[in-house]
Amino acid sequence: MSIDINEIETFDHDVVVIGAGGAGLRAAIECSAQSLNTGMICKSLLGKAHTVMAEGGAAASLGHTDDRDNWKVHFRDTMRGGKFLNQWRMAELHARHAADRVRELEEWGAVFDRTADGYINQRPFGGHRYPRLAHTGDRTGLEMIRTLQDHGIHQGIHIHQECTALKLLKDDARISGVFGYWRETGRFVLFRTKAVIMSTGGAGKCWRVTSNSWEYTGDGMEMAYMAGAELIDMEFAQFHPTGMIWPLSVRGILVTEGVRGEGGVLQNSDGDRFMFNYTPERFKEETADSPEEAQKWLDGDTSARRPPELLTRDVVAKAILNEVEEGRGSEHGGAYLDIASRRDPDYIKRKLPSMYHQFKELAEVDITKERMEVGPTLHYMMGGIAVDGETQMTSVPGLFACGECTGGMHGANRLGGNSLSDLLVFGWLSGLGAKEYISQLTRPLSIDSDDVELARHAAVAPLNREGGENPYVLHEELQSIMNDVNIVRTGAGLQRAIDAIEELKPKLDNIYAVGSSQYNPGWNQALSMRPMMIVAEAVARSALIREESRGAHTRLDFEGEREEWGNINIVVRNAEDGSMEVEQFTRDVPPEHLAEIAYSNLDDLEGGIHV
Amino acid sequence: MDNAQLFVITVVIITLITVGGGISLAIVLYKANSLMNKMKSVPAPDVIPEHGGHEAGLMETTRTDRWWFEPTWTGLGFLCFVIYANWAGFQGEHYWHGSYLSPFYSPVLFVDTVRVGAAPIEHAWFGLWPDWLRTIWPPFFPTSPAWLILAGPLAFRLTCYYYRKFYYRAYFLNPAACAVGAMPSNILLGPNSDQKYKGETALFLFQNLHRFTWYLAVVYIGLLSWDGFLSLWEGGKLFKGEFGIGVGSIILIINPLLLATYTFGCHSCRHLVGGRKNSFSGSIGARIRFSLWKKATWLNQRHMLCAWMSMIWVGFSDFYVRMCSMGIINDINTW
Amino acid sequence: MSKHTFRIWRGDSSSGEFVTYRTEVDEGMVVLDVLHRIQSEQAGDMALRWNCKAGKCGSCGMEVNGKPRLACMTRMNTYSDQEVITVQPMRTFPVIKDLVCDVSWNYEQNKKINPFRPSSAQSDGRYIMSQEDVDRVQEFRKCIECYLCQDVCHVLRDHKRQDVFVGPRFMIRAAGLEMHPLDTEDRIGMIRDELGSGYCNITRCCTDVCPENITITDNGIIPLKERVADRYYDPVIWLTTKISSAIKTTLKN
Repeated sequence: MSIDINEIETFDHDVVVIGAGGAGLRAAIECSAQSLNTGMICKSLLGKAHTVMAEGGAAASLGHTDDRDNWKVHFRDTMRGGKFLNQWRMAELHARHAADRVRELEEWGAVFDRTADGYINQRPFGGHRYPRLAHTGDRTGLEMIRTLQDHGIHQGIHIHQECTALKLLKDDARISGVFGYWRETGRFVLFRTKAVIMSTGGAGKCWRVTSNSWEYTGDGMEMAYMAGAELIDMEFAQFHPTGMIWPLSVRGILVTEGVRGEGGVLQNSDGDRFMFNYTPERFKEETADSPEEAQKWLDGDTSARRPPELLTRDVVAKAILNEVEEGRGSEHGGAYLDIASRRDPDYIKRKLPSMYHQFKELAEVDITKERMEVGPTLHYMMGGIAVDGETQMTSVPGLFACGECTGGMHGANRLGGNSLSDLLVFGWLSGLGAKEYISQLTRPLSIDSDDVELARHAAVAPLNREGGENPYVLHEELQSIMNDVNIVRTGAGLQRAIDAIEELKPKLDNIYAVGSSQYNPGWNQALSMRPMMIVAEAVARSALIREESRGAHTRLDFEGEREEWGNINIVVRNAEDGSMEVEQFTRDVPPEHLAEIAYSNLDDLEGGIHV
Repeated sequence: MDNAQLFVITVVIITLITVGGGISLAIVLYKANSLMNKMKSVPAPDVIPEHGGHEAGLMETTRTDRWWFEPTWTGLGFLCFVIYANWAGFQGEHYWHGSYLSPFYSPVLFVDTVRVGAAPIEHAWFGLWPDWLRTIWPPFFPTSPAWLILAGPLAFRLTCYYYRKFYYRAYFLNPAACAVGAMPSNILLGPNSDQKYKGETALFLFQNLHRFTWYLAVVYIGLLSWDGFLSLWEGGKLFKGEFGIGVGSIILIINPLLLATYTFGCHSCRHLVGGRKNSFSGSIGARIRFSLWKKATWLNQRHMLCAWMSMIWVGFSDFYVRMCSMGIINDINTW
Repeated sequence: MSKHTFRIWRGDSSSGEFVTYRTEVDEGMVVLDVLHRIQSEQAGDMALRWNCKAGKCGSCGMEVNGKPRLACMTRMNTYSDQEVITVQPMRTFPVIKDLVCDVSWNYEQNKKINPFRPSSAQSDGRYIMSQEDVDRVQEFRKCIECYLCQDVCHVLRDHKRQDVFVGPRFMIRAAGLEMHPLDTEDRIGMIRDELGSGYCNITRCCTDVCPENITITDNGIIPLKERVADRYYDPVIWLTTKISSAIKTTLKN
């Protein structure tokens, strides 16, 4: 059965932004400001994207809380946190522009917490040398997405809610359209466009214990991959050290790093503050080595070094895992996070209101009186679509990407707070990039109706089968497979996972959804299985190749960072035969002025070396 | 008939009216409900059909908890107070005992000294009950000074943002409780009328004048505090009577304190002292506003509690003075 | 672990009915978990909205035993295994399918409100606001747009006055802008005439159901009503402004 392409509901835009989280909204606002006819595809309702879950804050070297801070220190922290695998230019742009982007939000109505003299307050966070996170209690993401949303609706952006993009359409090599469907009716929809900005977020749903919601199935990465773009750094998936672990039904829900930023400490079943035993060599010089010094730091003594609980996320997550493995875990297999004995109840309720609320409602734990139980949860994908650091364009002309679905900015490990500033900076830049690209287009673009027909056919297939694989069960199977691609990995386990994914592929071709296409979660689940499997495969294959332990990627069979891997990024692309091609890619030599900052010592930076 | 008998009879009558009122209220509600159910079978043409398994109509709900409990007790509780206050105000007698003046009768503008338990003439602001007032006074009404002044506090409470919540819920059933079918706006005019809900934009527009009743209420706090103060001198004769204290004085001193917690927690008060401004920082004036606003906010969060406590206490104060005046209770005091 | 009985409304905009499901409930589960279990085991096509599962996104608003609630924040241990738990979509909005409603009306209301217009920044581009000034505003900004307050508000729910009243959610959105120390836009006329502040009869059901515990009525709507009263219903203020402006013009001349 063939259809006439003209029968599909069609919208014409200059640019289509896929994803309406912080990055997508910021990109759409910029496109609109550049007088582009902007459409935004939103998989859920507007304002529900995962940015609202972000708690701690947006990292920007505003220098309000500690005036020694500047973009260079931020850049250095980001590179060190990313174990020097970050794309230099991206990390630079991010650190340089974050502060302006945060201030701009204030101009649009954001209400951040204030310092005593009335400026945006900043909170300390893991891996950041100075208190750097502009925040609003522990609901900074909500504040940001609502600000962008309320600003955006007055900018003439066409918002398409509960619409899922399925495929990017090309005119020869260039992007010319997007094919998708409305969740509400199940009807298909076509967007004719000159450029697409991908801002679809991560793919946490590949794993069982995750802080991500159902939306995070790697759609954007898959669409870009299928359209010919490359995925980079896919082996680096960040496990946040503190997710809820009890009761089971809330396992994985995030407990903000802000708890530790406000003074919370991690304890094992013996009540020991174990993080002092896990400070890596690289951070020894900047980390407190006794509870007394850590306490001094908390009391505001700027000469004291930061407590070890604020080491980078990869370090803390592995430390908790190690304590559990050695038999000192908490009752339900995690660690205890104690803020009750560190701060008075009023302070906790004021600075961490949603944590208080979340534990009270979901776990019946009063965090002003009792310790929380926490454990690692998959939180963020450092890897993603590879883009040009300057323009945010992928290797596919007309396809841009920003936010979590992009790779390269955070290297091997992301610092907390850098994602909220990342999405502001790169959302903005991708809007500018798209404008630049569109202004140089010389000929009108068309859509190939055969491509549309193929995509439509693939999409309705699960509904047309008489029976087959249950998408929920298939999802469970994938998540079980990903237990081998977890926080700690081995070559054998990764190979096992890759083989298992290969075995799962035929089942995917026989997936079956009951009911009609109208608001049918079973069908929606069936359609998101392919993206998840492609991301899962990319992670597993990249992880197998990287034979070292670096940042969020830990190989038991190859412990420690290896020098030879220090200048290699791993890139994944769709080969012509449809198989996944994995390539080691030697990094460019860093620009001298950036290398100087990244490898300099703090005294020089604080003295303000001019490079 | 002596006073004790009179009192017992009164109490019995109040109880009967209250219980009877409650029962009749319940019956009316039930009837109205079934009436509305019948109306539903002939829906107006533009009524959107209800989906999601929700039933439309007065007091329709899927709630399984005792949602009717709160509107019932608050509705009956307030009814009791209104009945008692009216009865007490209607008496025109027994509102004075020793140095105690019932708060229902304060300030005493005129006094009819003929009546039993009336205030002494020197406590009336304008002296004896004047003849011109007698000529316009309804014949079946006793010459009670309460009628001249009760409207003030009543207006304050009736336009109060807390009382509005409770009486819109309990008496207007709009809605009786959350997610419980509200009173249809066309209930009086029938199902085919296109009468639409207007909230406080039409008939109830006067609620916007709440702030003016607040000014009045502040005056009353002054008056009642004065009464409390006077109650410490025998016969209410300031510096002339013997200084002392009795249970009644304590009651009459607590009374304005409770009223103050209610009056200064008023939403209009909170607005006037600082809430109307967007900035609380900078100038000294702003800081004063902020501290006043914070105090008003603290009370405002307890507005419901203060409303009920002060209301019950006012009634109780009158009751105590009345009982003393009628000789049923012997006031314990130092005189 | 125990078995519970659920009565869930299944249907679409034209028709529907309650369907009964029995399912196992584990310790610590919330209503949303149970709905997911039913979805994956018994009703694969049952529609429901959800995202974060932690009370932060406000997607899973529905009515459980007649009360507007977030399914992800409604713990199963508040119900006995004897009682039948009824789950319905929100009533105020048109049903799309099963537990999902069309809430697009809300997004239209938001556009009615004039956006934030800040005063000019300091010369260094920064703004100064003190924490005590923004505390009030931050309370309203906690809103997660679950629209449970819109659902429970009888002006919208029973009286269907969507034509004149924007509902509690957008009253506090307006309050957040009006009380913002940097904002210079005047929205008082709009609050009365287009947003419909007078339609609220302050019965506080919005406050009762708010999962973020925002004191919508007392801190948001009532202060707005008072500001409207300042402008339109206070003859004293009206007279003083008239007289003072008259004096000013006379002095100028």
